[in-house]
Amino acid sequence: MLQIKARIISNKWFKGNCWHCIVSAPSLGRASKPGQFLNVKISEGLKPFLRRPFSIHNISGGKLEILYDVVGEGTRVFSGKKSGNYLDLIGPLGKGFDYRGTRGKRVILIAGGIGVAPLLFLSKEIKSRDKLVLIGARTRDQVLCEKEFQNSGSGVMISTDDGSLGFSGRVTDLLKNIISTGKKGRGAIQLYACGPGPMLKEVCNIAMANNLQAQVSLEEHMGCGIGACLGCVVKTKNGLKRVCKEGPVFDAKELIW
Amino acid sequence: MRVNLSVKIGKLKLKNPVMVASGTFGYAEEFKGFINLKKLGAIVTKTITLNPRRGNPPARTCETPSGMLNSIGLENPGLGAFLKDKLPFLEKLGIPIIMSIASEDGPKEFIELVKRLDKLKAVSALELNISCPNVMGQKSLISQDCQATYSIVKSIRRMTAKTLITKLSPNVTCIGDLAKAAEDAGSDGLALINTLSGMSINTEKQNPRLAAVVGGLSGPAIRPVALKMVWEAYNKIKIPIIGMGGIIDTPSALEFFIAGASAISIGTANFINPRVSVEIISGLGGYLKRKKIKDIHSLTGSLIYES
Repeated sequence: MLQIKARIISNKWFKGNCWHCIVSAPSLGRASKPGQFLNVKISEGLKPFLRRPFSIHNISGGKLEILYDVVGEGTRVFSGKKSGNYLDLIGPLGKGFDYRGTRGKRVILIAGGIGVAPLLFLSKEIKSRDKLVLIGARTRDQVLCEKEFQNSGSGVMISTDDGSLGFSGRVTDLLKNIISTGKKGRGAIQLYACGPGPMLKEVCNIAMANNLQAQVSLEEHMGCGIGACLGCVVKTKNGLKRVCKEGPVFDAKELIW
Repeated sequence: MRVNLSVKIGKLKLKNPVMVASGTFGYAEEFKGFINLKKLGAIVTKTITLNPRRGNPPARTCETPSGMLNSIGLENPGLGAFLKDKLPFLEKLGIPIIMSIASEDGPKEFIELVKRLDKLKAVSALELNISCPNVMGQKSLISQDCQATYSIVKSIRRMTAKTLITKLSPNVTCIGDLAKAAEDAGSDGLALINTLSGMSINTEKQNPRLAAVVGGLSGPAIRPVALKMVWEAYNKIKIPIIGMGGIIDTPSALEFFIAGASAISIGTANFINPRVSVEIISGLGGYLKRKKIKDIHSLTGSLIYES
């Protein structure tokens, strides 16, 4: 775990409501695993006051990428940062995805909206030859990272709620279709998902119903991000767990929705 | 010029007057990667109750202007697990460990807790948390009633020679009266202030941002209130005050000393800058040198004003 001041290399509008920030942070990059997050002090002043947690989107050659939706005051201030500015970063934090043993497996990544953020890094690290990413969005202008996932060696399928691109409907309905039409005896399927709460709940239900392994990355408001304040807890079968410390990635079997 | 930063609260000697506040520092292990914990004046633990507590349902925190609300609800592993799993790490640090305790069952549980902690060397002092606003179902706080405050502190005082610090709530009409009640009952020091009661609403959903609806406000937003309460209490009592509420840097720490605090505690700021406590320790030393003040004691209550 490190606390560093990282120089912003670029911070640009990406698509729809989404922005893409690249910082120089070689030491942090080396220490990071897919699914872990950074707790970012966006402003030196009091606005926003608390740090904001962001998934690690991608790492390449000492550069670390953050993909974020502008949804409130914190991310609005973030989007105003220019190249050459500095961000105070703490990370890598939390427990990431467990992707050991995926080499021979069929792997399906399910992303809802900005949920693509941690899954690109994961997709690049997973060595399976049978990788499929399902990207869900409300409408075609909000479909994120299609090309990036393809470049990571994944197959890509898209769903939009309004049917403007790809499968028409929820990404979890697309997932159900794929699982039910999948060839029998094709071996185990491993699911990884990140996105809005209701989507993740549905992914967990689908996994349980089909007896599949699934890991989901949760989002919660955080006080400290390092396990001290007990602010970001979620209900699990083993009691309340901290999203920042025991998560943000949890096994589907563990969570109580 | 050498300056003296050491202070005394009851029997407790601190090498510097900077502590970390209960509930904002976990059990210290969470911060070991950021600072040398041995540099702290003291560590105040997250509040411990006799039995484990689940705490309140999420959402438990939200940001507010220059601060945050929390309603953790005193989640803790209970005394037994604390002594077994948390205290050994704290003990090894070799600095004063102030254990924050609360009761779910009035004086009875406090007495049981103190009975079991009195002989423990690793616990340097006790902070009586009679001011947590986040226990659902409770109608009022002990620290909102002078008589109740007096009686609980008095009954604990009779049981232990350990340094007792009473943590008071700002959600009262007259903080001076509560401070006096705690002093009269034999408290060695006061911790001022706990969080202010507050709430925040999501207007789109028309629901509260905290699942418990209301919570405790902390951060720089409450600093002026905290300062005024430290100043009021200082003018009414003689025992040392540990000032806290929105301290985020050296100037804001200094304000508390000048208002009447003998020591200070860093709370919410630990979340934003985990190194802030040690930065303030060196900042205080620098200030004293620059102002040619030999001893931090001389700063306590040094407010200059025309009345």
